[in-house]
Amino acid sequence: MGIGMGMERSPFRWLLPAAVLALLVLAWELVVRLNQLPPYILPSPLLVAQTLVKDRVVLFQSMLVTLHTTVLALAFAVLGGVGLALVFASSRIVEFSLFPIAVILQVTPIIAIAPLMLIYLSTDTAVLVCAWIVAFFPVLANTTLGLKSIDPNLRDLFRLSGASGWQTLVQLKLPTALPYFLGGLRIAGGLALIGAVVGEIAAGSAGQGSGLAFRIVESAYRLNIPRLFASLLLISFAGILIYGVLSLVSWLALRRWHESELGAG
Amino acid sequence: MTPPADEIHSATDAPLLALSGVGKRFANAVTALDGLDMQVRQGEFLSLLGPSGCGKSTALRLIAGLSEPTAGRIAWNGADAPRRAGGAGVSGAGAISFVFQEPTLMPWANVFANVHLPLRLSGVSRRAAEPAILEALEMVGLSAFREAYPRELSGGMKMRVSIARALVTKPRLLLMDEPFAALDEITRFKLNNDLLQLWRQLGCTIVFVTHSVFESVFLSSRILVFRARPGRVFAEVSIDPAQPRDDAFRTSPEYAGLCRRASTALASAMDAGAG
Ligand SMILES: Nc1ncnc2c1ncn2[C@@H]1O[C@H](COP(=O)(O)OP(=O)(O)OP(=O)(O)O)[C@@H](O)[C@H]1O
Ligand SMILES: [Mg+2]
Repeated sequence: MGIGMGMERSPFRWLLPAAVLALLVLAWELVVRLNQLPPYILPSPLLVAQTLVKDRVVLFQSMLVTLHTTVLALAFAVLGGVGLALVFASSRIVEFSLFPIAVILQVTPIIAIAPLMLIYLSTDTAVLVCAWIVAFFPVLANTTLGLKSIDPNLRDLFRLSGASGWQTLVQLKLPTALPYFLGGLRIAGGLALIGAVVGEIAAGSAGQGSGLAFRIVESAYRLNIPRLFASLLLISFAGILIYGVLSLVSWLALRRWHESELGAG
Repeated sequence: MTPPADEIHSATDAPLLALSGVGKRFANAVTALDGLDMQVRQGEFLSLLGPSGCGKSTALRLIAGLSEPTAGRIAWNGADAPRRAGGAGVSGAGAISFVFQEPTLMPWANVFANVHLPLRLSGVSRRAAEPAILEALEMVGLSAFREAYPRELSGGMKMRVSIARALVTKPRLLLMDEPFAALDEITRFKLNNDLLQLWRQLGCTIVFVTHSVFESVFLSSRILVFRARPGRVFAEVSIDPAQPRDDAFRTSPEYAGLCRRASTALASAMDAGAG
């Protein structure tokens, strides 16, 4: 326990994983050099970095496209998920009738839905809808759970004080649901990126689109493996960025009071 | 409505409310109360004493209007009918305050905001409520902690915040469900004294649930001893309200005698409930 706590604050917490990562990259570089692997089999990390710099304009452009789709999908997922959760919380009948549909949407692999979307919708919209479908469910499920987790005594206290429905919503239900919602949002952020990538790949194979996943498909066709790796790197980076921002939001909102953020505060 | 400050406090025999033949059966077929007859008199300090699970909390919730009896009726003395939760007859802020068995604080709000809550819900702004909030915090000795969050407080401190929140509206009827059970003895004695002083000062009526014979005798003008299965009143112990409640009283033979009476009644109630 004491060692664990010490670990939390020590610089080793950052240095250690960074060193492991650096070692891995170094090993990769060595494997490529010693075996004299051609770039179309396995490019060296150095070459990937060089490609990243060389193709930066087109790659960053693509990253912005993918990030834009992801963030937009996430925003719609929050609107739809929280909105529907509020409806669910106020009406059991609506919940019973609609929740199975949300589950069906969730359990059907998005990669299987994507081609269908591309038939009915424009490419951009289809990719957005793919990202939205996967991001929507965790927000809905978690917020619904949160809205149901109200301390019954606090609810009674609000009743005794003659609180209106609006006051109960804003001052009791929403704050109670907030940590649950933020947990769902963090999951949804990663899933939205996956949804966007899946949508782009489905669209890309039809010869459209310009996001990072499209760059991957394109590079694969042209056997431009260094650029494929560079795109992959940027997708990872986008994922980390999204996760980092959402974690920060969660920490800012909860650090004063919620158990989940106490270690960080 | 708060009584005028100069109103002389006196327990009268006029009932504030009366429960007659009240029964409460829960959906899971547990009968918590059956044939409960009791009165709460205007201005009295009434303790409900009884074994665990005999329905004391249930009775308190019925009085507060937080749940409805499944049998019998609860009659309020005309004009005194306070707001019924969710119903008509709302009569100003804090007609009834409830102190739950658990602190029941909002974890996302600091102490000040938690105490502000009942006033805020009846539309009193932070600024207008501030003197009342500070006064309530002063009473429970937590003035220094107004900015603290519940997770930063000990169990006893949380309970005191909960009590401050109940007092901040200057309620006419204060319902307390074992509020001091989690406190150390010194704090408990201090809060007992403070509560008595408050009771005299505010002229409110208090219904106080407790497991402790000693506490109930020290505080109350009347003790109702409950029994279980069926949950109802088993015995009543009256204590002269004029009796000063101070440290001398705690060590007096009268106090010891009353404690013995209440203990005997409680023991018989437990035998009756077990059989
Ligand atoms: N919401 C509920 N649903 C079902 N049963 C309940 C509920 N609340 C209380 N009970 C049951 O009613 C009985 C009386 O409960 P109550 O909480 O009133 O007891 P109590 O006298 O306050 O006990 P304690 O001193 O331990 O707090 C118990 O048997 C309990 O299991
Ligand atoms: Mg109880």
